[in-house]
Amino acid sequence: MEEQNVHIGSAKTYVAVWLALLALTAITITVATMHLGTFSTLTALLIASIKASLVLWFFMHLKYEKKLFKFLFLIPIATLTVMIGLTFFDIWYR
Amino acid sequence: MENFYHRTGGYPGIFGWIFSTDHKRIGLLYLGSMFTFFLVGMTLGLTMRLELIAPGTHFITSQTYNALFTLHGVIMIFLFIIPGIPASLGNFMLPLQIGAQDVAFPRLNLMSWWFYIAGAVVVLTSLFTGGGPPDTGWTFYVPYSVRTGTNVSLAVFGVFLLGASSTLTGLNFLTTIHRLRAPGMTWFRMPLFTWSLYATAWVQLLATPVIAITLLLLIVERSFGVGFFDPAKGGDPILFEHLFWIYSHPAVYIMILPAMGAVTDIIPVFSRRVIFGYKAIAFSSIAIAVLGYLVWGHHMFTSGMSDFSRMIFSLLTFLVAVPSGIKVFNWVASMYKGSIQLDSPMLFTISFIFLFSIGGLTGLVQGALATNVHVHGTYFIVAHFHYVMFGGTVFAFFAALHYWYPKMFGRMMNEKLARTYWFIMFIGFNTLYFPMFILGWQGMPRRYYDYLPKYHAGHLISTIGSWILATGVLLMFYNFFRSLSKGEKAGNNPWNAATLEWQTTSPPPTENFEEVPEVTQGPYTFR
Amino acid sequence: MSEKHLQNEHIDYTGSKLGMWFFLFTEILLFGGLFLIYAVYRAQYAQEFHNTAHGLSTILGAVNTIILLTSSLTMALSIVALRQGKKNSSIVFQAITLLFGLAFLVNKYFEWSGHIHEGLYPNAPELLSRSHGEILFYGLYYVMTGLHGIHVVIGMIAIAAMLWLTVRGNVSGENFNKLENAGLYWHLVDIIWIYLFPLFYLIT
Repeated sequence: MEEQNVHIGSAKTYVAVWLALLALTAITITVATMHLGTFSTLTALLIASIKASLVLWFFMHLKYEKKLFKFLFLIPIATLTVMIGLTFFDIWYR
Repeated sequence: MENFYHRTGGYPGIFGWIFSTDHKRIGLLYLGSMFTFFLVGMTLGLTMRLELIAPGTHFITSQTYNALFTLHGVIMIFLFIIPGIPASLGNFMLPLQIGAQDVAFPRLNLMSWWFYIAGAVVVLTSLFTGGGPPDTGWTFYVPYSVRTGTNVSLAVFGVFLLGASSTLTGLNFLTTIHRLRAPGMTWFRMPLFTWSLYATAWVQLLATPVIAITLLLLIVERSFGVGFFDPAKGGDPILFEHLFWIYSHPAVYIMILPAMGAVTDIIPVFSRRVIFGYKAIAFSSIAIAVLGYLVWGHHMFTSGMSDFSRMIFSLLTFLVAVPSGIKVFNWVASMYKGSIQLDSPMLFTISFIFLFSIGGLTGLVQGALATNVHVHGTYFIVAHFHYVMFGGTVFAFFAALHYWYPKMFGRMMNEKLARTYWFIMFIGFNTLYFPMFILGWQGMPRRYYDYLPKYHAGHLISTIGSWILATGVLLMFYNFFRSLSKGEKAGNNPWNAATLEWQTTSPPPTENFEEVPEVTQGPYTFR
Repeated sequence: MSEKHLQNEHIDYTGSKLGMWFFLFTEILLFGGLFLIYAVYRAQYAQEFHNTAHGLSTILGAVNTIILLTSSLTMALSIVALRQGKKNSSIVFQAITLLFGLAFLVNKYFEWSGHIHEGLYPNAPELLSRSHGEILFYGLYYVMTGLHGIHVVIGMIAIAAMLWLTVRGNVSGENFNKLENAGLYWHLVDIIWIYLFPLFYLIT
């Protein structure tokens, strides 16, 4: 059956990803204590996005899925970006 | 001949229907329930028009009137037109059109219908409990929707459940189209009705969660006073409008895209010609779905938004008219030099093109900032959206109903009667709604239970139009039910169409096809 | 395209996974609406958000982050174990994931109790006496972590169901797509927290 041919994750890879996630958590906490002013939000979101990407790519298996899945995932992200972006044309320019 | 009506799945009587996972039965369940609610909504509309026949208060208080237009909107939008074509005809026809046995998740499909019924029951319960039916308008704007003592929380929770139904249907259709097409059914051999269901499903999937969270926040606000939309706590009421319309504008594309898709399937059959510009129509459906997310602000031009965003939204609104215009051009081009058969599906289709175009063009008046200021909140808007939603989507729904009736029920509807009530509906519709453009232009506000004497003539004509239209609708219901037993028996393909649903029996067997179809050509190749 | 096949008795594994991903998209948009509100009020009340965030315990937030990240690991390992035929290991990993979820909720309970005790909850007189930015910060805090908490509960119910099915053998090394789908849901719940954590606890 189809399921048999699907790539099995390796425990080693998963543990490595987990360690990376813990490290990134430590980094983001440390960076938050530094005074980066306007860049602090951006940095925090950037690090969060790297963590999210690791979860998506490895834990959620997106790396091994068909191209279609990878493409489809961009759609809700793009939609949300547009929704927030267009709203800010109002918020910023009132 | 055995067909899907004979297979009850082992359940007795009505349970063979309400516990069925057969997409055809589920489609018919939706069809029956939604047209029941349509009649309720229509009655509310007729009642409002009766009150408005002349200035002064007649038999309805202002409070009741507010509840009437709120319920009319909630029922017509959330219980009828948004489930609309996808849940009923889409459910029935999609697997047939792609050569599949059912949708990807048949049990989820049944659950969607149960969510729909649960939502409807909750909404209708809100009429009779607590502080009485909501009086906020179907748009539930804050702060009034937070402060009013009427049953907003319950009604809004009902709408939330209806949203779950819509989202799950979208999810099901997307997976079905990606995974269950018959051998040889490539993307560009799919009927354009299927393409429209695909584009619609994306909107159902991605936009509905936003109204879900918005309505949840409204309930939370009424219950706990969190303050997101309350200026006294730092909140912004315009933010509610943003969140509300971020869904509700794409929602109108949920309404119109399947209607356009149905019409696109009908025109080639009744012109005996291949569709003009297949790819243009397929891609314009996707374009409308995408651009539809970018224009919600045009409902809010007078709300207090920034000038800059108003200009952006106005520009984007004009852009979204383009793919719709492409479709109209392609439909007319498809009919050119065709052999036009003026059967009832085609009559409703041609009037759809005309009425939708009027609705669409008046949308441009509203999309332009300068004119919007004058017509916002007036009867001009009411006329516009009834032209696109009723003259557009619902007329196309009627066209599709007459087109696919033989496939679903194995009988033909009475053609002569159909042409008669089509004509009555067309006259009634325009008599009811066209004066509203003029009334709006002259300054008549919407959602008002009374008005100045100078608007009397327009309202009187409009109310008479409502009776003519209702007569036509009721005649259609009569034809629908009578033909179930007295209609002429239909063969597999009474219209000589080329899409897959017509290559099986009318009605189809439970598995849809005796053998898995192999597709070798496009959907509009006729002799 | 080539591995598409018609429905009969076979489960369409890819279709089932696709359906789950589509469902996750709806969850992204659901929370997305809340993130939009957060973005708007953060932009409008930047200083007040910054000040109010001091009232949240960074340590508790960090601990919860580590709990969820680790639970994602154990969830992923439960699938690896199952596919390698190690049914008991898979059951243990699923159970540990559940325990982590429970720990997360317990922490949340204490956190919320603390704030409620201080009178900092929606419509409380103490909160209403504070600045607008502070009122909105706490509003967002309760609504967003609350909705997230509800999703943790839903995820735990799903995993508990998978645990049961694994014990019974309905979910196995040959038939694991349900467990994978439950995993996908759980990882999304983790991802949402990955964003909630810096936005509420690290803007000091």
